[in-house]
Amino acid sequence: MEKLNVFAARLLPREDFVAQGHRACQGCAEVLAMRLVHKALGRNTIVASATGCMEIITSPYPETAWKVPWIHVAFENSASVISGVEAGYKALMRKGRYPKRKINFVAYGGDGATMDIGLQWLSGAVERGHDMIYVCYDNEAYMNTGIQRSSATPFGASTTTSPAGKVSIGQTTQKKNMPEIMAAHHIPYVATINPSYPFDLFEKVRKAAATPGPAYLHAFSACPTGWRMAPEKAVQIGRVAVETGVFPLYEVENGRYRITLETPQLRPMRDYLKPQGRFRHLSEDLIDEIEKRVHREYRELAAKVRVTNEEDRDGTRQG
Amino acid sequence: MAKRKGMEVSIAIAEAASMCNVDVVSAYPITPQTHVVEHLADIVADGELDAEFIPVESEHAAMSACVGAAAAGARTFTATASQGLALMHEILFIASSLRTPIVMVVANRALSAPINIWNDHSDVMTERDVGWIQIFAENGQEAADLVVQAFRFGEDKRVLLPVMVHFDGFVVSHVVEPIEMLTHAEVKTFLPDYAPQQKLDIDAPISMGPVGIPAVYTEAKMAGEAVLRDAYGPIVECLDDFGKRFGRTYKPVETYRREDADILLVTMGGISETAMTWVDRARAAGEKVGLVRFRLWRPLPDKDFKEAVKGARVLAVVDRHFSPGGPGGPVAQEIKYILYGQKGAPSIVEFVAGLGGRDVGFADFDNMYKKAKAVLGGATVPPFEIVQVRGGHHGEA
Repeated sequence: MEKLNVFAARLLPREDFVAQGHRACQGCAEVLAMRLVHKALGRNTIVASATGCMEIITSPYPETAWKVPWIHVAFENSASVISGVEAGYKALMRKGRYPKRKINFVAYGGDGATMDIGLQWLSGAVERGHDMIYVCYDNEAYMNTGIQRSSATPFGASTTTSPAGKVSIGQTTQKKNMPEIMAAHHIPYVATINPSYPFDLFEKVRKAAATPGPAYLHAFSACPTGWRMAPEKAVQIGRVAVETGVFPLYEVENGRYRITLETPQLRPMRDYLKPQGRFRHLSEDLIDEIEKRVHREYRELAAKVRVTNEEDRDGTRQG
Repeated sequence: MAKRKGMEVSIAIAEAASMCNVDVVSAYPITPQTHVVEHLADIVADGELDAEFIPVESEHAAMSACVGAAAAGARTFTATASQGLALMHEILFIASSLRTPIVMVVANRALSAPINIWNDHSDVMTERDVGWIQIFAENGQEAADLVVQAFRFGEDKRVLLPVMVHFDGFVVSHVVEPIEMLTHAEVKTFLPDYAPQQKLDIDAPISMGPVGIPAVYTEAKMAGEAVLRDAYGPIVECLDDFGKRFGRTYKPVETYRREDADILLVTMGGISETAMTWVDRARAAGEKVGLVRFRLWRPLPDKDFKEAVKGARVLAVVDRHFSPGGPGGPVAQEIKYILYGQKGAPSIVEFVAGLGGRDVGFADFDNMYKKAKAVLGGATVPPFEIVQVRGGHHGEA
């Protein structure tokens, strides 16, 4: 595997497959993540899209931002659709009706499509072992329909269906840990990615593409519109998310956990929460509570790294 | 031509699909469809058919994967019934709008509740508007033959639409019938390899399923309407060619002993066979009665139907589903659409029978015929009647 962390920006491919001129909001880090993912994947890629922001902003007929083959069917089923595309090509190549070549079969969805309405479809597709990559672009709410809460919305965030109010702190439930759910499927590759760290993202996307079988990428996707923050802060907030431990960058390769960007000293939680209007109402006590939980989860992740990299007494690796 | 061989209809359907050299089968088990996909899985497992068998986690995923496979340019087959078809509902519209010529057999079964695994047409009749070609088989021979033809007219470049082949659950699907299967060589000459006009191809990228704003949505829907209506020609061409080659000719609308008949029964699917036997009995007793049945359901063969019922004075329509709180049975309503305003159009007597697997036998046809005959004599009857109800209709003693 090439080591992209020693790469410089000028060494990245110039070509994009998600074209400019799409209709995303200013400062959308979701479309930035998607552009980088497809820059890394290259031309030999077929994409299945869930309904959502990335679908509507790239495909207002008769325009399209897609320079690779792309299909949108419905909200919940992009993983099933790509599993069909992959199976189709597998059969056609085997039967000699299409030349044998390496194609990346990629499905994506937002957090709602992935973690709520489409969880079953994704679970089924990866369990069946299709050679596919699924990317969840997680902006932590139903942004396309107007910032309604999802199971990815973090504790304490105010959304239009979990509003902060006189007797409400906003979202009262904890964010579903989707990468862990995918890791529990024992698929060959799971990783978190973040467009604020493009080289880390590149290396993981390339690894996912090189992995036979299913791979899952969970992309931090700052949404200035829905998070009520300045559009020019989107890349910066992605960095703060990693530095505070809110969104650790890690991968799970054949059961082995590895933190790909170590953060020896986590930054205070306030640095992440304060710039975002969705957390503006939170009391100091609640912020402390959130920080404690984030730190605990970070320690749990570090423990998984230790445990899954330990050698058995007979020398075989666990995981 | 092969000899007639006794085989279970579901097995014959699976063998027919296999002879069509399908590339992808994506299916989820549901009674009474299971024998079709189990047998296909066997055929693939034995290496007799080189295909990808995708054992999906739901019918919604089955249809989603079918759309993906067909969009990749693969010949794609699936099977379902009842709740499974209902779960696919959302994706059925998209499969036709994206012009993916999937072939799906539906072992027609009642919809819940109460949950019921037996035959009626509530599953298919609630999917009339999905933009698919829909065709009904009344027995195993038809079902096996129609699967082969469905691939040909569905994949016809003038058509490129998905096709549902309907056959009744259990009373057809699980019956052992003498069936004359085509040979592989015969199918090969009749059905060319699928050559998609457009597909998801890295050498010629296209975007499928984009956003259709109000300025284009109507035109997109109109295009779907035009292609489905115009599919009639290629469908009939295909049915005729099949007849010429193999001696079994299928028509969009079939008639039985309609000559000089005052009253015509109108049926669909498996009960047509019982009904024809009943017609023979009634004819022997001197009754002037015949039968008409829809084989093709979408596109609706309105001209054929008009022609088929010409001269009849009463149509006794036997529906296998109805619209609660609405206008009765769907087949009867569509017949009214066909005949409305036509001079000398026959009267229509509507019955709903055989719900959730209740047998429709000679006695039931006797009763329905008696009422139709009363109408012929000038009597008036309720707008529609659910027959076979124990204790009669609500409001009755």
